[in-house]
Amino acid sequence: MSGFDLSAILGNPEYTAMLLHGIEMTFIIYAGSWSMAMALALLLLALRLSPFRFGDPLVATYVSYHRNVPTLVQLMLWYFGIFTLMPSGVAEWLAVHNAEAIFAVIGLGLCQAAYFSEDLRSGVRSVSPGQMQAARALGHGYVSAMRFVIMPQGVRNALPPLINHSVSLFKNSSLAVVIGASELTHAVKEIENLSFRTFEIYLIGTVLYLFFSLVIMSIGAYLSMRADPARSARA
Amino acid sequence: MIHDMIAIVQDYWLLLLIGQYPNGPLGGLANTLILSALSIALAFPVSILFALARLSRSPLLRWPVTALVYFTRGVPLLMLILWSYFLVPLLTGADVPSFVTMLTTLVVYQSAFLSEVVRAGIVALGPGQMDAGRALGHGYLGAMRFIILPQALYNMIPSIISTFVSTIKDTTLGYVINVPDLTFAASQVNNQLLTQPFQVFLILAIVYFAICWTLTYFANRLERSITRRRAGLSNLPAAALVAPSKIISEQL
Repeated sequence: MSGFDLSAILGNPEYTAMLLHGIEMTFIIYAGSWSMAMALALLLLALRLSPFRFGDPLVATYVSYHRNVPTLVQLMLWYFGIFTLMPSGVAEWLAVHNAEAIFAVIGLGLCQAAYFSEDLRSGVRSVSPGQMQAARALGHGYVSAMRFVIMPQGVRNALPPLINHSVSLFKNSSLAVVIGASELTHAVKEIENLSFRTFEIYLIGTVLYLFFSLVIMSIGAYLSMRADPARSARA
Repeated sequence: MIHDMIAIVQDYWLLLLIGQYPNGPLGGLANTLILSALSIALAFPVSILFALARLSRSPLLRWPVTALVYFTRGVPLLMLILWSYFLVPLLTGADVPSFVTMLTTLVVYQSAFLSEVVRAGIVALGPGQMDAGRALGHGYLGAMRFIILPQALYNMIPSIISTFVSTIKDTTLGYVINVPDLTFAASQVNNQLLTQPFQVFLILAIVYFAICWTLTYFANRLERSITRRRAGLSNLPAAALVAPSKIISEQL
């Protein structure tokens, strides 16, 4: 290995194409699992707040499983375990349609839903009960009071942890490499194998992850500012 | 299915527990726990130094550590593991076992995270404690050593246990560089059986769940009893404390 030379990687069209594909895959996995996690988290929250008697213990079990089992093991269970139990038609369809990425989205999405739902729950819990009573007194039904009065305040309270967990989801998308998804970390390892420019390619990969993490953090900071200018000014 | 799982555990419990030891390196669950405990034990003193540096008035101490903490929080742990995998042998000039590589990474990573916990613990005490310590004739270090840190660290015991739990979960990533831990042992079992991957990985998930859930449970109980003791209200039920502390934190 001769001297530090970034252009050996960035000047090579084959390597830059691999990097771009890796970034694209990372974002597909991130966007997919984020959306899935948020949708599911809202569902879990609704189940927990509902009068359904088993809702609370059910969601608590769900959250407890996903928080106490390492994310990597959850991904392995999905990809190496559950994948093999699926009926052959489904398994074949998945195998043709990038099963690695699909299971990365499912595994990360289900896991992150547990964290998001807890963030939202503590956000909603910190809205004072008087808000609900006031909304009901003004003629809102339960659902419409939740929709227009409680949730907007609850989500605003939950923004800081939601942003933190969005960043950790982005970082956790790198775990998909273990089940063979061709995302950014995968591209970095491939290019390292081809070019032997270990230092340069790890540096590029690290800077890319750091850059996107900081972008997500600043989007989050912007949203918090928009949502509650007064509190952000104080912080 | 449950029969399959019981059979797997009966056949492979020793491999899952201690790996190939004594015929090979120590592995399995024992290795997972040793790796986690060692990295927390080493990261703990480093994190106190980091926290003090971040709270220091000198920019020369504050800036590098702040940069390190932001760097560590912005980059996936997997990326850091790959960095150590190639840097540690380069710096030491020796063939380093994957256990040491993983330990080095975890110490750096957990020091950065734990230093935030320590910093929060110190800040939460308020400036009055330091002022009182100084007024009693302690220097900065003396007040830190005898007044601030003992209180801050005591309050932080539950957070340290939580960090220990996340370290246990983080050790699974050693799989990528072949650290012979529990995850590695399970995948060895899977490679030998080939036909029951779901059962093997479900056992793996259950073992991690049992360990982490138990530790989390104790951390929560400890947290409640510490809150109660700190508030000097040892006879009150825990629920009575939630409301006032909420109000205080809202006002801040």
